[in-house]
Formats: sequence, C-alpha cells, structure tokens
Amino acid sequence: MLELKDICFQVSEDTEDKEILKNINLKLDDRFIAITGPNGGGKSTLAKMIAGIIKPTSGKILLDGVDITDYSITDRAKAGISFAFQQPVRFKGLTVKDLITLASGKSISVGEACSYLSEVGLCAKDYIDREVNASLSGGELKRIEIAMVIARGTKLSIFDEPEAGIDLWSFNNLIQVFENMYQKINGSILIISHQERILNIADKIVLIADGEIRKVGTKEEVLPHLLGTSEACSTLMDKIVK
Amino acid sequence: MDSIQKNLLAEIADIHDVPEGAYNIRSNGSLAGRNTTANIDIVTKTDKPGIDIIIKPHTVHESVHIPVILSESGLKDMVYNDFYIGEGADVTIVAGCGIHNCGDQSSEHDGIHTFYIEKNAKVRYIEKHYGEGDGKGERILNPTTVVHIAEGGYMEMETVQIKGVDSTVRNTEADLKDGASLVIHEKIMTHGNQTAETNFTVDLDGVDSSANVISRSVAKESSRQIFNSHINGNNKCYGHTECDAIIMDSGKVQAVPSLSANNIDASLIHEAAIGKIAGEQLIKLMTLGLTEAEAEEQIVNGFLK
Repeated sequence: MLELKDICFQVSEDTEDKEILKNINLKLDDRFIAITGPNGGGKSTLAKMIAGIIKPTSGKILLDGVDITDYSITDRAKAGISFAFQQPVRFKGLTVKDLITLASGKSISVGEACSYLSEVGLCAKDYIDREVNASLSGGELKRIEIAMVIARGTKLSIFDEPEAGIDLWSFNNLIQVFENMYQKINGSILIISHQERILNIADKIVLIADGEIRKVGTKEEVLPHLLGTSEACSTLMDKIVK
Repeated sequence: MDSIQKNLLAEIADIHDVPEGAYNIRSNGSLAGRNTTANIDIVTKTDKPGIDIIIKPHTVHESVHIPVILSESGLKDMVYNDFYIGEGADVTIVAGCGIHNCGDQSSEHDGIHTFYIEKNAKVRYIEKHYGEGDGKGERILNPTTVVHIAEGGYMEMETVQIKGVDSTVRNTEADLKDGASLVIHEKIMTHGNQTAETNFTVDLDGVDSSANVISRSVAKESSRQIFNSHINGNNKCYGHTECDAIIMDSGKVQAVPSLSANNIDASLIHEAAIGKIAGEQLIKLMTLGLTEAEAEEQIVNGFLK
C-alpha cells in the first residue's frame, strides 16, 4: 500500500515561490487507481515524486508502512515501484531486448522478451532487435515503455498518461492492454489519464487540480463531480485543444 | 606462445587456438605462425618489413587473420602490409594489434595497410586495437589504411579501439571508381590521459560511387579525441559522414567533418553530435533498478556496441 502524507512541493519562479502540490494526503490500496484532472494540476509531478525523480519539499511517502521519502530512484525501483514515462526516452545502441532484459532484472530468453511485447500488441519478431532510437514512432515507444513495466512485475506500477502521443485508433487497442493487465497483475496500478475508458476500469479515481486533491472515490462518486465542475470544462477544453 | 600473448590474441581477433583459413601472426616483430590456402597466399616482403596478402579472383567465403601482438616493453614495430583482392572475390580480413606493456618504455606498432580491391570484389575488414599492462610505458598504435576500390567494388571497414591504447593517430585514405562503395564504422573509447586522433579522407572519383563514414566514440576522464573527416565528391556520387560522441568527466572531443563538392551531381552530408549522457536516459534506467554507475555503463556499452 502506498501512502502519501502531507506532501508539498514548491518551486521558485523568478522571485516567487509557486506551490505545485499542496498538502496531498492519500492512501492507495486498490488494484487500479486513476489520477485525473486538468493539465498543469500537479498529476505528473506527483507520479515522479512517487518514483523518486522529484523530492517533495515536505511530507512523507510510505510503501507498505516503510518510509521511502529519502530513497533514491534506484532504491524505490528495488523496493517495488515501476514508472512508465509520459515521454519515453530514446537510446542510441540499446535494443528493445536490452531494455526488456534490464527491466526484468535477469537474463531472459528471446521468447520471454517477446511475450512481453506481445502483451502490448507489438509483433515481437519485428521489434526485438530494433534499437530504441528515433526510428521508432511515438506509439511504438509507448508500448515498449509499458512492456518494460510489465516485465518488471513490481507491486506498484505507475503510468503517466499512456494515451499522450498516441492516435485514437492505437489507443483503443491499448485500453485492452490495461484491461488485461488489470486481470493479471499481482500488485497495484496507478495511472494518470484523461481517458474516460481508463477511468471506467479504475477501482478508485483521484481528481487533482491546482495542486490539491479535489475528490477521491469510485467512478460513480467522482465522474459526476468531474462533469459538474469548472475542472471538467478545462479538462474537456484540454481534450478539444489537443 | 605464453598466456599474455594468447590473451592479446583473444582480445583482438577472438582467436583462442589456431584460426581457420589463412593467417599470419606477428609477435614482437617476428613471424609466429602462418598458413596459406589454395586461394590465399601470404608472402613476406623482401624490401621492407611486412607481408603481401594475395587473394585470387572469385575467392568466396574465405577469411584471413593477420593479428600483431607486442608483449615486450620498448619495442617499436613498423610494418607494411599490402592486400591484393582479386576480381569478384568476397572475403573477410581480420587484423588488429594488441600491446601488453608492463615496463617503463613505450611500445609502439605502426601498421600501413594498403588495399587494392579489384572490380566487383567485396571485403569486410575488421580491425581491433587493444592495450593492457600496468607499466608506465606508453602503448602507442598508429595505423594507416589506404584503400583503392575499382569499379563495382565494396569495402566495409570496422575499427574498434576500446581499451588501453595511450596514444593513437589513425589515418584512412580511400579512392573509389565507378559504382564502388565504402562503409566505415569506427568505435573508440578513451580514458585516463589517452589521446586519439582519426583522419579520414575519401575521394569519390567514380560515377555512382558512395561512402558512409560513421564514428561513435566515448571520451572519459581526461582523455582527448579529434575526429577529422573529409569527403571529396568528384563525380555523381553520394557521401555521408557522421560523428557521434559522448563526453564524460573531463573528456574532450573535437569533430571536424568537411565536404567538398566538385561536381554538380555530388550529394554530400555531414552530421556531428557531441554531448554528455542525457539525464533522462540515466533516470529511465534507474527506474528499472540500476544504480547511476550501472546505468552509465549500459548506455556507453550500447552506444559502442
């Protein structure tokens, strides 16, 4: 179980301090949690903070009761946290197989590596030896990023807007990947998303806006709230503008 | 041959025993083994140190290994090796030099390799350079490669220098006739106070000749590298040169690609990119459970693979 206690995050812009996250308190013990809310609200910052990429200004992060606030990125990964980037990173020279192998943490056969790729809908033999460089499309990189998280198989998997940068048709297939993952995974999934179909399969939805938690609950509890607020308008506007 | 020499051979030529096919092993300035085949002859030069490697026309699927090893400190070795590749042949040539220096004097090997590649012949040339030994003496390698490719000929050249060479100046010159092509992949990693300078000059003289010169390098600690690449497009031709380098610690890299288009139908491109390892690459691998040092190692190994 992941617990966030009084998490605050401030940055200095010019001479002004800007609060990105304000007193976030959250207990996440469900299998599939979705965080949603308008752009710029602090969702990605929170995800990066859980993965250890950003340190909170104050507050504590606990994983299964253990205080991991001062853990490095590596230590958190070893403690059981995986993180799929919103914008996957490219590597000159490293192949898809190299990254899947590193993710799994042990030497794996080509067959095993291929099975992870198949789970995200990539035809494994076309990809396994490809370099993870600029020759791969955004959608392909995104799937490989998700395959790495599946290969890790940790107790907490975080996905930062898996739909970003993917066309609508590809995303429809990707929804199935998450539906399957929900059935299979042993740990918890934390996903940042604006997509209604993702929100629909979530056990719990957290609405974050302006650095604060506005609402936590089931989709029945949160969705009407989302649709009836100004955040909903801005979320919809974001979708339209995108 | 002792264990040091055997280890050097394994590093530069993947030779663990007597190689298959034709070979010539030069150890501490003298011949340590030679084998010729029906199609490949190796002859010692009489006017200067070195050998002639003569490959008959239409020889296919054969290989030649010509490793050089130096394990005596203070030895300065210089050889002239000429390769005559007959028309329509298709062969692999594995060269390379390993130096083990545990003394205080410099050990140096300067090899001048000249290739005469006849019409429609194909050559894959692999050259690995490696140095080891804990002495203060420097390990110096200065290879010069001169390539003449006739009509329709093809050469692919892979050069690798990953470890232990203190100082290197690598010169490569090539001229290409109609329809000939040349592909060069260079990989260099320097560390400590090492220096590496590579100079490529390619003359695309023939119609539809092409060259692709690709260098990937990593400069660690206080090492320095200079990459000079010059392609002359003297006919309807295609030329591309690319230098991609990672700098770490206080490493320095200078890349000077240059192109001369001397014909209206010459098409020439150069690219050069130098920078440190991107922070997001390190972070991504750390989220997979690697430490920062392990992440760096993976990125460098992948880059030079």
